[in-house]
Amino acid sequence: MTLTVFDLTVSRGGIAVLQGLSFELAPGRALILRGPNGIGKTTLLRTVAGLQPALSGTVTAPEESIAYAAHSDGLKAMLSVEENLHFWARVFGQPKIDIAVQAFELKDLLGRPAGTLSAGQKRRLGLARLLVTGRPIWILDEPTVSLDAQSVARFADAVRRHLAGGGSVLIATHIDLGLDGDVLDVGSFKASGTRSDPNGFDESFL
Amino acid sequence: MIALLTRDLKLATRAGGGFGLGLAFFLIVVILVPFSVGPESGLLSDIAPGVLWLGALLACLLSLDRILALDWEDGTLDLVATSPLPLEGVVTIKALAHWLTTGLPMVIAAPLFGLLLNLPQPGYFWLVLSLAIGTPALSVVGTFGAALTVGLKRGGLLLSLLVLPLYVPTLIFGAELARRGADGQATTTPLLMLAGITFGVIALLPFASALVLRVNLR
Repeated sequence: MTLTVFDLTVSRGGIAVLQGLSFELAPGRALILRGPNGIGKTTLLRTVAGLQPALSGTVTAPEESIAYAAHSDGLKAMLSVEENLHFWARVFGQPKIDIAVQAFELKDLLGRPAGTLSAGQKRRLGLARLLVTGRPIWILDEPTVSLDAQSVARFADAVRRHLAGGGSVLIATHIDLGLDGDVLDVGSFKASGTRSDPNGFDESFL
Repeated sequence: MIALLTRDLKLATRAGGGFGLGLAFFLIVVILVPFSVGPESGLLSDIAPGVLWLGALLACLLSLDRILALDWEDGTLDLVATSPLPLEGVVTIKALAHWLTTGLPMVIAAPLFGLLLNLPQPGYFWLVLSLAIGTPALSVVGTFGAALTVGLKRGGLLLSLLVLPLYVPTLIFGAELARRGADGQATTTPLLMLAGITFGVIALLPFASALVLRVNLR
């Protein structure tokens, strides 16, 4: 269940933002991405998660092993917290949501429509989704946005349990979660940033 | 897959879900037509199959931009794309959910609306049959259009422009089947053409929809 990234160049809007990235993420390990806003952390994470193609280089991961969580939590306002979680659990073929509910203390919120939750509560629900995926490699993009200190600690605990259970985490964050992991400053991989062929067709003409 | 379908159906029936919107629009069109063309029953009988088909098509068009746009806005599509569900299956389920909440109610309500337009008596069976066979194609083609325009701000109008030409064959043969049925003429040719179009788009378009969706998610 090792995620291997080799000589990866990622692009946003046809412009290379990061190039020459190589790293390996073994089970039980956390890799923390750091770098200023706009450097391409989100682009990198989306590429590793398979949502967009890499300009060059390879991402190797076992099939069906990656759980991705980004800025939007994919919650439906008119469904209750329980229905939202159950939906994702069923999509990923997991029968139970108890562990996720417990880990993020959602028990009191289960019956409430997700639309009435506060931003922090929504985030907790969005992160609880990770636990119902049952996937070993978590790719997290700024997971602690709008969480209070207590929830951040709870989230860090959940990540630590995940690591202890043989999972691995690739995470972009600006705050220190107190995780025992490697830090990768993506700023040093900044691409020179010229559009390769300004008159060329790109994939939007597919 | 089933989870996605039940969730979509549940969402459609909750507040703001838009269930019944298409049906209400269909009803309004059917009610307005006699006001605009006059109450003469012979004329209404003549145009009833065409008007009913046009109304159903426009009502279907009205709800297309909801198929994928809402899931795109709240990030669900990104998360579904990284889930075990294949996108081809996702767009098929989306189209099915759209048909169940928009097309099927119109099929069921069509005889009543036919009554409002003085549809000739032999036409009811053929009207319902033509809508039952034709409206799935509208949902599948509409999902393709929704996949093309997902992520565009105010993509609804562009979606209508893209999808309407693709609706023309279904409209022609659907309305023709209902009209011939009402007139008591042979119905085999339009029936086969309509069914062929529907099965063709169901078989092929989900792959195209999934492909453009992948491009649009980048």
